[in-house]
Amino acid sequence: MNRRLFADAGPARRHLAGTVLAGLAVTVLILAQAGLLARALATAAPGVGAGALRWTLIALGLVVLARAAAAHAGEVSAMRAAAIVKERLRSRLLRHAIRLGPAGDCGQQAGEITALTTSGLDALDPYFARYLPQVVLAGAVPIAVIAAVSSADWISGGIIAITVPLIPLFGALVGMHTKAQTERNWQLLARLSGHFLDVVQGLTTLKVFGRATAQQRVIETVTDEYRAGVLATLRVAFLSALVLELSAALATALVAVEVGLRLLYGQLSYPTALFVLLLTPEAYLPLRNAAAQFHASADGTAAARRAHELLDLPLPAGTTGPDRDGATQVDLPVPDLAVPDLRTTPIVLDAVTAGYPGRPAPVLDRAGVTIFPGDQITLLGRNGAGKSTLLALLLRFAAPTGGTIRVGQVDLAALPLEAWRRQIGWLPQRPALFAWSVAENIALGAPDATRAAIERAAELAGAAGFIADLPDGYDTVLDERALRLSSGQRQKIALARLFLRDAPLLLLDEPVAHLDPASAAEFRAAIGTLRAGRTVIEVAHRPAGWSWPDRAGEQSGPDLVDPAGPSGGRVLLVADGAIAELGGEPGPGYATGPVAGGPALIRLGTAGRPVGRGGPGRG
Amino acid sequence: MTGTGMTGTGMTGPELAGLDRAGRSTRRDRPLLRMLALAATLRGRLALAAVAGALATGCGVALLAVSGYLLARASQHPDITALSVAIVAVRGLSVGRGAFRYAERLASHDVAFRVLARARVAIWRRLERLAPAGLPAFRSGDLLARLVSDVDATQDLFIRGVAPPIAAALVGAGAVTVCVALVTPAGLVLAAGLLAGGVAVPAIGLVAARSANRQLAPARGRFAAAVADLRTGAADLQAFGASGQALDRAERANRELGRLGRRSAAASGLGTGLSALVAGLTLWAALVLGVAATGAGVLGRVPLAVLALTAMAAFEAVTLLPAAAVQLSQARASGRRIAEVLDAPDPVAEPADPLPLPAGPVTIALRDARLRYAPDGPLAIDGVSLDLPPGRRVALVGPNGAGKSTLVSVLLRFRELDGGSATLNGVDLAAFAGDDVRTVIGGCPQDPHLFDASIEENLRIADPAVSGEALRTVLRQVGLDDWVDRLPEGLATRVGPDGARVSGGQRQRIALARALLADPAVLILDEPTAHLDAGSRRQVMADVLAVTRGRCTLLITHDLDGLAQVDEIVVLDHGRVAERGTHAGLLAADGLYRRLWLARAGDDAG
Repeated sequence: MNRRLFADAGPARRHLAGTVLAGLAVTVLILAQAGLLARALATAAPGVGAGALRWTLIALGLVVLARAAAAHAGEVSAMRAAAIVKERLRSRLLRHAIRLGPAGDCGQQAGEITALTTSGLDALDPYFARYLPQVVLAGAVPIAVIAAVSSADWISGGIIAITVPLIPLFGALVGMHTKAQTERNWQLLARLSGHFLDVVQGLTTLKVFGRATAQQRVIETVTDEYRAGVLATLRVAFLSALVLELSAALATALVAVEVGLRLLYGQLSYPTALFVLLLTPEAYLPLRNAAAQFHASADGTAAARRAHELLDLPLPAGTTGPDRDGATQVDLPVPDLAVPDLRTTPIVLDAVTAGYPGRPAPVLDRAGVTIFPGDQITLLGRNGAGKSTLLALLLRFAAPTGGTIRVGQVDLAALPLEAWRRQIGWLPQRPALFAWSVAENIALGAPDATRAAIERAAELAGAAGFIADLPDGYDTVLDERALRLSSGQRQKIALARLFLRDAPLLLLDEPVAHLDPASAAEFRAAIGTLRAGRTVIEVAHRPAGWSWPDRAGEQSGPDLVDPAGPSGGRVLLVADGAIAELGGEPGPGYATGPVAGGPALIRLGTAGRPVGRGGPGRG
Repeated sequence: MTGTGMTGTGMTGPELAGLDRAGRSTRRDRPLLRMLALAATLRGRLALAAVAGALATGCGVALLAVSGYLLARASQHPDITALSVAIVAVRGLSVGRGAFRYAERLASHDVAFRVLARARVAIWRRLERLAPAGLPAFRSGDLLARLVSDVDATQDLFIRGVAPPIAAALVGAGAVTVCVALVTPAGLVLAAGLLAGGVAVPAIGLVAARSANRQLAPARGRFAAAVADLRTGAADLQAFGASGQALDRAERANRELGRLGRRSAAASGLGTGLSALVAGLTLWAALVLGVAATGAGVLGRVPLAVLALTAMAAFEAVTLLPAAAVQLSQARASGRRIAEVLDAPDPVAEPADPLPLPAGPVTIALRDARLRYAPDGPLAIDGVSLDLPPGRRVALVGPNGAGKSTLVSVLLRFRELDGGSATLNGVDLAAFAGDDVRTVIGGCPQDPHLFDASIEENLRIADPAVSGEALRTVLRQVGLDDWVDRLPEGLATRVGPDGARVSGGQRQRIALARALLADPAVLILDEPTAHLDAGSRRQVMADVLAVTRGRCTLLITHDLDGLAQVDEIVVLDHGRVAERGTHAGLLAADGLYRRLWLARAGDDAG
């Protein structure tokens, strides 16, 4: 058994011990059964019938029952162990997945963890239930049989002792010979299956180009070629099975003939000879069964190995997340530092550089801006210009690779993460809703919120109306299969989260991008009440017909952006790695004066004629 | 919900029910038989596999029985010549067992792979007629993948599901015959025991596994949902400090799954215990009956040994049957899904005697076209007329589900109209062979597929004989030439499964290049900018408009920028033509087009 899998077993070890004990019991019972059977067959004679042999027969009956019970117990313990090991592995993988967090390049790992935890680990079931008990028996039974047979007849014992090891030996030899070929076959098989799936998925395309009928020949040929190739390999690969069967059968035949001849010449008693004959096949049976469960073993160990590989992968630097085993956070230099109140403290981005791994140029390059309390900021910029990166930095999903973000006079990186995020309300383009009740979804991150507070938040967000129409109102579980909410409704539930959270800093990432004009207008009105008294940074899409300069500092053309932005506050442009001020008025916090060290408020561009006034996107 | 028109989910219910009424259901009810029918002409090879398997197992049983005879006879101290036959037999049987097993495995794998080739071709033939409109939920990639794995599963049916039961029946019958001849009641006990071990125990095992699964399924679902939440909502959870909350839920579901797993262990392990119990009790009962017969002087000690050892060894024949039962039950489920595809009705009728395509310029016209997915469903296309003379460019716009893609599927002969007409130079499209129509009307379907092959192979699907020069020209037209030149392997670069290794923009451009290479008289481009970010969208759209200039084109799109260049814009809504005209005219009209135009602000969002 895989050592790490055994380490995972933990409380399941009791069950695994049960499996081993059951295996040992089965071994003893096999010996007892052979002895009793030999005795019955050898003693029975005219006049010595079932009555005379009743104790032998009763004992044999009991042994048979006990053997069935032990076999059952062994498998049940193994299944229980499998359930426990799976539960523990799933739990560890989940915690690992949480700590991988939302960072982009961990997507594949996250996908694998999902696949492993939901179905992949089930490969451990046959491994534990079928393979492991057989391995126990394959270890114990041949030794016990050789010992018992040798004590009755050492010559037969010798024959078995010599032939049993031949099975794993020849198996290994043949296996070594065919290993490369077998692996190539598996790859070929996978590729073949992939090819068929590929052409089936592209069938419409093939039809459009008139190639679908011709493809039938290709499928036929490819599959046939595969058959020829695989059968050639199988001819060799099946040799290991041939060796297994042959050595078991030949040994039985050898023992039978040898014992029979010595019996004939009176060198051996009939009960002893029978006992030896009955036990001989038993020595090979568990080995054959274990070999037959080879795939169960291979799949199970592969799943376990994959799980361990995933658990061993280093977490992206600076990730945080709850971990039951110890610290709640990975890097937390000064855990008790108080978070300044964002209602009165400005946030200063000082020459901040940030980017994505694998992307040569940083997205933000020594960008600077001061966010004053009460600011209503509209953030503009082309796709990929760095608007979302700015939000990610403030949310601390990412850390700047250069420069600092200061909250008042304190470095943001030094602040306790949870407490910092508690001051932020985030509304992404597509907020996640969870398969929980509506009330629980609204109370995300605020599990202690009262029902009244939740309902009040829903009302403010304009969500109360449709929630009341849901089958169970606030207790309706948002299960994808049971219920489909429109994007507008989903967005309103996310907005209700913000009302409940009551955070001083709001980060809105194109909140109406996926809404139709009517829902967007309704949504804008609801957001309006939330803005009051808070600092808001809203990534906005470009209203129809508007445009802006491509480069910071470039003189604006005639079709300028509305200087006051949709919210009437500041308008910032993210372009070329920099953040530029386009217009609008800073929030009341600006009155407290610019913060030392922070870049001054610089106006770029000129207030011009707004185009498309009245278009959507202007709340 | 893009292109719901093509999924045709509405038709599954009534149309399949109609099939049942037509009496074809009887075939669908026996999916297993239909799977086996795939091996109809391979009966000889299949029989070879079954017989070899029976001989292998039979040799094993006989080996023990003859060995028992050998010992019992030897204990009577006869002359050695009396034992010589038995000695030779024991040796022969032991070699035979290995040799026959080897033959059986080769034969059954050979059959399995041959059947696989047939199953693939059979399903391909059918899919080829059905795709894409005639297949329920064809567009769901998951369902397709499952169908393919169902087809692949036919191998296991023929390796583990067919030969072992036949071999077990043959060997079981032989062993029972021997025992009945020795002591009739003991033989009958063995027959009952073998039936219990070979039929009842596997059946119980199946039922137990199924009920355990039923119990586990909801818990599994809850757990999967919790895990999916953790994954898709990771950012939200972190931002709101709610990761612990979500983890707790997943852990709760996990613990419940573990608890149910432990509880169902007893049931799942039932098979092994029962098999051992049945085999042991049968041996015991046969022995008791045999010993009683010997005591009564009816049975000699030699036949007694043969009886007991036969009864003991005979159970080797049924050891593989629980696995075979699982295999058969899975094959049934696979077979049912395959049968569903094989029995789905044709979406379009091919003409028995197709007309040849007209030579020269082609004009396509739709007049008052109507189409519904289900006989009693609403009209998906309701009175649409459209003219596509040579050189004319028409854009089809409208909200999702307006019927745009359905209209395309009519022109590509993937669907039949229910009313009105679709004509080619005045002749009904249905008079031509579908493949011929698609040489004239072609292009780029919605969500074009890139095959797991090189860029060049993907392009050559449109025209295998195309010259390298023509390839370069088309690549330049769609703006791919620089990109291809920079690739280390150039045109030989593989695009990965489903084009996973190229970006969305490159994918759409490759598909566009392919459509241009095919050079159909009527070029259809169904959402060539779907799934692209705003920047790529603008560029691809500009390229599309540039290369289609002067070409008869039907362009389905949500991108309204640049539509001033096309000759006519047709706005579809709920299957009807809501408006039609030029860009300027429609903007002035203050209708649906103008609303779409104003609402397109969100297009800049990434």
